[in-house]
Amino acid sequence: MVKYSEVGVPTPKPMMSQDTEKFWRLLQEEKQLHLQKCNNCQTYSHPPRVVCSNCHSFDLGWVPSEGKGVIHSYVIYHRSVHPGFKTPYGVILVELEEGVRIISNMVDCEPHEIEIGMPVEAVVDQVFEDTALVKFKRINN
Amino acid sequence: MGNPKEKTAIIGLGATEFSQNCGRSELRMALEAILDAVKDAGIKVSDIDGMVNYSMDTAEQIEVVRQLGIPNLSFFSKAPYGGGGSCATIAHAVAAIESGMANTVVCYRSIRDASGPVTYGDFEPTRVSQDVYMGMNHPYGLLTPVSWVAMFAQRYNHKYGIKDGQLAHVALVNRENANRNPKAIFHSRSLSLDEYMNSPINVEPLRRHDCCLSTDGAVAIIVTRADLAKDLRHKPAYISGAIQGMSTNGEVMTSYAREDITVLHEVEAYGKKLFEMAGITPKEIDVAQFYDAFSPLVPMQLEALGFVGKGEGVDYIEGGHRIRPDGELPINTSGGLMSEGYIHGMNLIAEGVRQVRGTSTTQINDIEYSLVTGGLGVPSSGLILRRR
Repeated sequence: MVKYSEVGVPTPKPMMSQDTEKFWRLLQEEKQLHLQKCNNCQTYSHPPRVVCSNCHSFDLGWVPSEGKGVIHSYVIYHRSVHPGFKTPYGVILVELEEGVRIISNMVDCEPHEIEIGMPVEAVVDQVFEDTALVKFKRINN
Repeated sequence: MGNPKEKTAIIGLGATEFSQNCGRSELRMALEAILDAVKDAGIKVSDIDGMVNYSMDTAEQIEVVRQLGIPNLSFFSKAPYGGGGSCATIAHAVAAIESGMANTVVCYRSIRDASGPVTYGDFEPTRVSQDVYMGMNHPYGLLTPVSWVAMFAQRYNHKYGIKDGQLAHVALVNRENANRNPKAIFHSRSLSLDEYMNSPINVEPLRRHDCCLSTDGAVAIIVTRADLAKDLRHKPAYISGAIQGMSTNGEVMTSYAREDITVLHEVEAYGKKLFEMAGITPKEIDVAQFYDAFSPLVPMQLEALGFVGKGEGVDYIEGGHRIRPDGELPINTSGGLMSEGYIHGMNLIAEGVRQVRGTSTTQINDIEYSLVTGGLGVPSSGLILRRR
């Protein structure tokens, strides 16, 4: 779980380029995680790219993701390096069912509760007024 | 294709002091280190006709050439991707000399990582990410090199059942070596296992003593044709192999899309070519300077370069007896990036050369082959030096 500090130093916003801004726009507008998928060979990509690394087609589309996956790895910051994030906080690497991995935070568990292999699902967190972040919560069986 | 094996050699080493507040510019330190290296080699400044430094270095080549009055360069390049470019500077020099573009190339790195405006261990809160992947990671607080490596390390520990404290001997052996090296920042400070275990956790699973040491300093190294290297002041360190490596689906330190993130893919790839170039196997390496920005990277390199099998790296370093000066593979004999100083890997190359010359403060007996590696988690590079 990440807790933000009220110190007047905003946390970093996503960096967008002409080739990646659609990922963030879909998240903000549709309030759902979308992933890039090749219309030619159906390969998923993340982070976004311009050309499919598998078949070299430029015809990459965007499809909604179920947002389900498992924690592949994680770290816990104990030493603060940015005044906007309260330590300790965890950063997770999620392997989605589509086969791609994504960096994020948990919204519903403390850092020490994070485990490799934990099943998780995506939620949309409206961190900035104009930009949402995709985060994760536990799937309870 | 020609084989560059031992047609070039390192003939000069220069450096400033290593400190945590040098009180002068990176350009000034670069000039001091280069002049020191020229003197050490016993050549003239005007003999230099090639130059390589890191893409991150603020000590610009045009200023170095202007201020030293070097008449003409016929080759100059920069090695990118931070510490991954360390041995790449030597690889560029070899390529230039072998192709006839230059005869005598100076490679240097000047850095103010401790006192300068840009440090690699911390994050500038107002910074805007320029890279696609960093722009994806920074909003979640994944901000600094220790966390980028910690993500690999957590998975590595999980996969092989590594427990807290098992990496301690990378830090402890480094420190023992630094305690013999008067130029090391931690020359006069010992480190015990208790101190290691009690040191604060920066980013779990990595403690403070798993991390390298922000440092100010400069190192310069002079490479020339083997036939020009013979009658100079020092025994030449012949270059048996020098190479770069970039593998697919990588990012700068956050290559988490690869199927197995416990493997250093670019090191595995360059390692095969590097040993082929030198015509030897890992068994023939007598001493190694492994890029040790963070301790898990040492066992991961032992595995990637074929010194041990997958998952055997931590067993190899445990207890430290195999990697101490009297062990099977002595490592980081100047104290490494953790205890000598972090000159972005350039100081490891200098120590690799000293081992071949026989002038290290932790000199290993009967050296023939000396290995040096570049930064990890980024496009990387490696170097094999030979005494003959």
